[in-house]
Amino acid sequence: MLRLVITRLVSLAVTLLFVSLAIFLILEVLPGDPAAIMLGTAAREDTLAALRQELGLDQPALLRYLQWIGGIFQGDLGTSITYKMPVSTLVAERMNVTLPLSLLAILISTALALPLGVAAAARRDGPVDRAVLVFSQLGVAVPNFWIGLLFILFFSTWLGWFPAGGFPGWNAGVGPALQALLLPAVALALPQAAVLTRVTRSATLEVIGADFVRTARAKGVDKSATLRRHVVPNALIPVTTILGLQLSFFFGGAILVENVFNLPGLGRLAYQALNQRDLVVIKDIVLIFSGLVIVVNFLVDIGYAILDPRLRSRA
Amino acid sequence: MTKRLLTAALLLSVSALPALAAKTSLVVGMPIEPPGLDPTIAAPVAIREVTWVNLYEGLVRIDRSGKVQPLLAKSWEVSPDGLSYTFRLQEGVKFHDGSTFDSADVKFAFDRARDPKSTNAQKQIFAPITSIETPDPATVVIRLKETSGNFLYYLGWGDAVIVAPETAANNAANPVGTGPFKFKSWTRGDRVELTKNPDYWQKDKVKLESVTFRFISDAQAQVAALRAGDVDAFPNLGAPELFAEFQKDNRFKAVAGNTEGETVAGINSAKKPFDDVRVRRALMHAVDRKALIEGAYSGFGQPIGSFFSPNNPAFVDTTNVIPYDVEKAKALLKEAGHGNGLSITIKSPQMAYASRSAELLSAMMAEVGVDLKIIPTEFPAKWIEEVFKNKDYDVTIVSHTEPLDIEIFARDSYYFNYKNEKFKALVAEAAKTTDEKARFAKYAEAQKILAEDVPALFLFQLPKLGVWNAKVQGLWENSPIPSNDVTEVSWSE
Repeated sequence: MLRLVITRLVSLAVTLLFVSLAIFLILEVLPGDPAAIMLGTAAREDTLAALRQELGLDQPALLRYLQWIGGIFQGDLGTSITYKMPVSTLVAERMNVTLPLSLLAILISTALALPLGVAAAARRDGPVDRAVLVFSQLGVAVPNFWIGLLFILFFSTWLGWFPAGGFPGWNAGVGPALQALLLPAVALALPQAAVLTRVTRSATLEVIGADFVRTARAKGVDKSATLRRHVVPNALIPVTTILGLQLSFFFGGAILVENVFNLPGLGRLAYQALNQRDLVVIKDIVLIFSGLVIVVNFLVDIGYAILDPRLRSRA
Repeated sequence: MTKRLLTAALLLSVSALPALAAKTSLVVGMPIEPPGLDPTIAAPVAIREVTWVNLYEGLVRIDRSGKVQPLLAKSWEVSPDGLSYTFRLQEGVKFHDGSTFDSADVKFAFDRARDPKSTNAQKQIFAPITSIETPDPATVVIRLKETSGNFLYYLGWGDAVIVAPETAANNAANPVGTGPFKFKSWTRGDRVELTKNPDYWQKDKVKLESVTFRFISDAQAQVAALRAGDVDAFPNLGAPELFAEFQKDNRFKAVAGNTEGETVAGINSAKKPFDDVRVRRALMHAVDRKALIEGAYSGFGQPIGSFFSPNNPAFVDTTNVIPYDVEKAKALLKEAGHGNGLSITIKSPQMAYASRSAELLSAMMAEVGVDLKIIPTEFPAKWIEEVFKNKDYDVTIVSHTEPLDIEIFARDSYYFNYKNEKFKALVAEAAKTTDEKARFAKYAEAQKILAEDVPALFLFQLPKLGVWNAKVQGLWENSPIPSNDVTEVSWSE
C-alpha cells in the first residue's frame, strides 16, 4: 500500500511538472503583449520597452520559466501585472467565492441525484423513471451558463427574489452571501446532477439484479429495507468515483457561471486575466486548477485501492 | 377598520421619508474593473473613471465643458517666450496619509513620469520639460525646451496627477492622493469603496460621505442593477437598445452625451489598393453614417468626418467633406480601376459597437460593389498583436478613447500606415502654438486634411449613455476626459 502511494505521488509530481511546462509554452505562443494592453494605443515605443523590462518580459523564456517554478517552490506565486498585488492574495480572496460555490453546487447536485436515481431504478420504466430520464437528458444537453441566464431573468428580474448578480462579501453576513450564491450554484449543479442521476440509476439497477439482493428478498426482507440496507450502499461506490471526477467540472464550469452572475470568483479572475493577458495570474490559476484535478485523481486512485484489494498488489 | 389604519400608517411612513436627511452615499456602476488604481502607470480608461479628481488631483483639471481650471495650482504665469511656467500652489493641502502637499511632490511626480524607466502611458506630456525648480514650497517653475500649446491641458489629465514619494509605488493597490475622497477598500472583481476625505482642502464642495464603484460587465445585468436600485448611476450604460426605455421613465435621468472615443474603421493606407486615395474616398462615400449609428448604437452617437472630439472647443464638423453618395463611390472605384468590384476584409473586435458596425459596413460596401469580408478578432490582446503591431489587415474598427489624439495620424509607425508630411508638420506646429485662436485654426485645418485623405473611415463619436436616479445631481453629461467626477454630486432630497 505504501509503495502504491509513493509511486502515485511520484507520478503526480511528474504530471504537474509537465502541466506547468505546457501552460508556460501555450502562453508563450499566445498572441498579445501585456505591456501594450496596459499602456493602450497611444503609448510610445520607449514606454512599452520600459514596461516590458519592468515586467521581466525581455528576459529569455527558460529563465522566466525557472523563475516562475522556483518562486512557486518558495511559496511565491508572483505579482499580478494588472492588479499589482501578490497573486496568492488575489487567489485567496477569490477562493472565498469559488470554493463555497463549488461545494454548494456539489451538495445540491448530490442531494438531487441520489434520491432521483434510486427512485428511478426502484421502479424501472415507471412514471418516476421516465420523468428522471427526461430531466437527465435535458440537464446533460443544456449548458450551465444558459440555465444561469434563464434563472436571472426569471428569479431576479421578474420575481425579484434574488440579486441579479454580484456578491456582497462574507462580511455582509452568511445569509446575503448564500442568497447570492444559491442561483449560480443551482445553475452549476443541474448539468452535473443530470449525469450523476444517470450513474446512480444504472448503478442501482445493476445491484438490484445481483444475487445477494434476491437472497435478501427471499429471506423475507421487504423491498424498501432491501433497497436501503443492501442496494444503495453498494451502488454508492461507483457514484462516489464519478462525484470525485466531477469536481474538476465544477471548477471549470465556475468560469462561465461566475461571469454570468458577476461573481468575483477564481473563474472570473482567470477570464479577466486572459483578456488582459495578465500572464502571471493565468499561469498560476491554470496550474492551481490542474493541480486540484490531479490531486483529486490521486485521491480517487488511492480510494480505489482501499475499496478493491486486488488493485493494491498490482501497483 | 384595520385596513384603513394600515393604509394610514403606510401613508404616514411614506410621507415621513422626504423629511429624512438627503442620502449621502452613491453607488456608481461601471462596465469594466480598473486594472490597478494608478493612472500614472497604465492607460485603461477605467482607472481614470474611478480615480481622476476623486482620489488624485493634478495642478489643473479639466471641467465638464472641456476647459482647463486651476486645482492644486491656484494660479500660474507663463513667460513671454512661452518656455517657462510658474505655478503658485494651494497651501494647506494634505495627502490622504496625512503628509503635506508642496512643490517637492510636484517635482517628484513629474520627474517620476518622465524618467526613462517610467511607464506613464502619456509620457509625451512631459517630453518638452527641461527642468523643474522649486524655489519655495508653494512655487514650482517648469521650463520647456519648446513652446507647447497643450501643456496646461495635458497637466489636467489623469496621467499628470500629483502623487507623493512615500506612497507612489503602492498606488495601484493602495492609492493615496489629495482628492475629496479617500480609498477605503477594493473587493477585487466586484467593487471599490471610497469615503469622504475629512481633511479635504475644499471640504465645503463635497456632499457625499461615501462612493462605491461597482463593476458589472453584462449589459442586461447593468439594467437590472439600475432598476433594482442596487446601483444609483451608470454613467456609461452598455445597452443602447434599452437606453430609450430609461429616457421614458421619470424615476431616472437618461442623458446621451459624448465621450472622447472616435469610432473609426482604420484603413491600411500603405497597402494596395488603399494606397490610392480614390479608393479610400470611395469607401467613405459608401458609408451612410446615420444608418450606421442607428444600427450599431440605436441612433445615439454623433457622426464625425475626421478625428476630433465634438467635446473639444477646436472641433469642426467635417461630415460633409465626403458625404454618403453611392454613385460617387462607384465612379471613384471605376476611376481607380476597380469597376468590376473589389474584395477586401475587415478585422472586427468583439465589442458590440464594433461588430455591429462591421456588419453594417459590409452591407453598405456591397451596395457599391465592394465585397467586405468580416474577420473576427479579440480586443485588446489579439487586435494589438495582429493589427496594431504587425499591421496585418485591410480595414479594422475600434474606438480611440484618448482625448486630443489626432497626433496619432502623424506617427510613422502607427497602424494606419498613413504618411502625409503636410499634416505631420501642421499637427506638430499646432502643438507648439500657444495662442489659442491660432492653435484652433491649425487643428481645424488638420481635421480637414484627414477628412479629405481618409486614412480611416470616420464613423461616429462613441456616445456616453448616462442613466442615473433622477434625484442624483451633478454628474457629467459629456466626458471631455475619461472620468466619473463625483466631487460635487449630491442627492436632491
